Amino acid sequence: MELDPLFLSRIQFAFVVSFHAIFPVFTIGLASYIAVLEGLAFKTRNQVWVKLSAFWTKVFAVVFGMGVVSGIVMSFQFGTNWSNFAQASANFLGPILSYEVITAFFLEAAFLGVLLFGRDKVPPGVHLFAALMVALGTFISSFWILSANSWMQTPAGTELRDGVFYVTSWSEAIFNPSFWYRFTHMGLASFLTGGFVVAGVSAWYLLNGREMEANRKALSMCLWLLLIIAPAQLVVGDFHGLNTLEHQPTKVAAMEGNWETSRNVPLLLFAIPDQENQTNHFEIGIPGLASLILTHEWDGEVPGLDAVPAEEQPPVAIVFWSFRVMVALGMLMILFALAGLLLRPGGRYARNTWFLQGLRFMSIAPFFAVLAGWFVTEVGRAPWLVQGLMTQAEAVTPSLSGGMALFTLIGYIVVYALVFSAGVYYLMRVLYVGLEDQQEENEHDAERPKRPFSAAHVPFEIDGNRHQGKPTSQGGH
Amino acid sequence: MELFDLPLIWAFIIGFGIIMYVLMDGFDLGVGILFPFAPDEESRDTMMNSVAPVWDGNETWLVLGGAGLLAAFPLVYSILLPALYIGVFLLLTGLIFRGVAFEFRFKARSSRYLWNWSFAGGSAVAAVAQGAVVGAYIQGFETAGGVYVGGALDWLTPFTVLTGLGLFAGYALLGSTWLILKTEGRLQEWAYRITLPLLAAVLVVFAIISVWTPFVDDMIRARWFSSLSIIWILPVLTLLCAFQIFRSVRNRTEGMPFAATMGLFITTYLGLVVSRWPYVVPPEYTLWEAASAYESQMFLLVGLVFVIPVVLAYTAWTYWIFRGKVRAGEGYH
Repeated sequence: MELDPLFLSRIQFAFVVSFHAIFPVFTIGLASYIAVLEGLAFKTRNQVWVKLSAFWTKVFAVVFGMGVVSGIVMSFQFGTNWSNFAQASANFLGPILSYEVITAFFLEAAFLGVLLFGRDKVPPGVHLFAALMVALGTFISSFWILSANSWMQTPAGTELRDGVFYVTSWSEAIFNPSFWYRFTHMGLASFLTGGFVVAGVSAWYLLNGREMEANRKALSMCLWLLLIIAPAQLVVGDFHGLNTLEHQPTKVAAMEGNWETSRNVPLLLFAIPDQENQTNHFEIGIPGLASLILTHEWDGEVPGLDAVPAEEQPPVAIVFWSFRVMVALGMLMILFALAGLLLRPGGRYARNTWFLQGLRFMSIAPFFAVLAGWFVTEVGRAPWLVQGLMTQAEAVTPSLSGGMALFTLIGYIVVYALVFSAGVYYLMRVLYVGLEDQQEENEHDAERPKRPFSAAHVPFEIDGNRHQGKPTSQGGH
Repeated sequence: MELFDLPLIWAFIIGFGIIMYVLMDGFDLGVGILFPFAPDEESRDTMMNSVAPVWDGNETWLVLGGAGLLAAFPLVYSILLPALYIGVFLLLTGLIFRGVAFEFRFKARSSRYLWNWSFAGGSAVAAVAQGAVVGAYIQGFETAGGVYVGGALDWLTPFTVLTGLGLFAGYALLGSTWLILKTEGRLQEWAYRITLPLLAAVLVVFAIISVWTPFVDDMIRARWFSSLSIIWILPVLTLLCAFQIFRSVRNRTEGMPFAATMGLFITTYLGLVVSRWPYVVPPEYTLWEAASAYESQMFLLVGLVFVIPVVLAYTAWTYWIFRGKVRAGEGYH
């Protein structure tokens, strides 16, 4: 089989960006949570908030560190594998991505150190301010990235002359038609991720009877938050979908598995899309519901994939199924948020074993939902890289051979597997050690230089660990 | 209306960023290169401690340079990265491995030796890859219509292998003189001892490169040999710096070896710049041809005007905070 550099580059970009995305999507939500905890600590002087904040700041440090490492690779991908795209879009994307780097640098330089190491060294107000600025910084960072991505989905404010985009209006290009929808959708996704991870970890501690008071408070906070944002995400997602319908109807057609433009289109719950024959197999659907959702009329017209030639259609099955995975996980999140409300009377949410076990598993759900969502929007744009203006085939590096692309693809997979399994393993160690014994660790502060991971005082190996968490058999509920 | 020669301003900014990166990440990569040869494990702790607070700030210049290149000179970005595809991958891999070693080594006990190798190996690979990039740059790139058209391994020649080894030795020299400045006792004595052999290695490789370079490219030959020009002051200064390193190591002066090594790097760098000026994608494109649109360069410049002073101030402050000698088992407060 001939190695296709375009296909391999797409796989490679999907791999490195998916891997990278899971870290910031978590840190954005977590940074805001830490800022809230710091605010509560500042206002109430209750040590529980300090304890929670100190613990989650450690987790933040480790995940942030992994995000930075995987982010370095991202900044070179455009040049190595998509050089025609880099050259064509540099007038807009260059400054936008540079501003993102600048923001990230500011964040790390000025405030992250104070947040991680300054608790006892700066006044509480300054520490709170640093926490707020880190939270703000993560949002500004994502602002630039999502602006760049939205421009690729719904380009505006630029004109294409001789194969190069020139900016005609910065504000129109930055705040392009899909930007605010994507930014809101992604912001809520980050909160959902942060919320479900904190809820899941707190649930696990509660199941094991560890630090009951603090973890109950953390879980309670998360459940209130999730009760608001899980349903809100459904609404925002719907608006985002309508925006996509307006600007990228083919993507919506792929999401719905709708091959022919027609009225009274069913909402498909199951189908096996067959791109070759331009049809679905084994369809199970609810009549008229897709029309209703997309047009708010039972017999509204929904655009089909037949509106464009077959070679301008995205890989339908991936988009179709990713969309279903995302929506299903979103529904599951709403369900858990509502269950939390029902279990609220008498504080049963913190005792019900089934609920807590469920939350443990739900802590990874938002990551899959986010990745599925990105698959929908990115794969759904195919074959375009800049919607309607530049295809992926035009964008790929001309000198790239299949062998080169395969070499680096395998290379990145191996490197990431080694490095990030060490990172995730270490994160698990931090979670296992938990909230206890934080004072004791501070004595050893002096041994280590100030690195993000230095904020987490947990040894790498299980043996030789003096601060091992309590054994799980102590669980009580 | 184009008020300023923005490409020229940007060339200075990027050029400044590159030398900042080379000097600053150079010494911490150098410490990584020297890592396996350190006298003992305690020295390794000290060595790592001496660069741990600053290395990621140093690498910020690389990321800023990469993004700035895309914004200001997209043609350079979109020709160099494809041309150096495999090299860039190796460079990034090296930087990742050494980066995580900083995080994990201090947490690890029985697995510490793995992180030692991760740190040393990553640093060495990154240094050689960067040196090879310099060599590839001197060689020039095969382009057509603003696109790289050469092969995957065109950059890999005996010449680039040599420049790779040259930068490897140069970074090791920066590392050893940094250790002279920042450490004391046995480790410092060791650093003094290895500095002169490293200097000799650097001078030998640099001399071969200097003799070889004019044969690699006609334009460079013409620039240096067509008439005896002012630029000959640069190699003279390089040799003066080398002599200064030699003398200060002999006299056991602590700060001068590092300062003189930086001087050696700066003069060599300027020599490279004048060899190729004003071509940024040799042999084809000048900096004006490679520049992005005026409004794009301006848009980012506005932000950088505020940011660069802050970056410099922050960098200076970090180094000030961590000034003085580093000892094993002693951290920073």
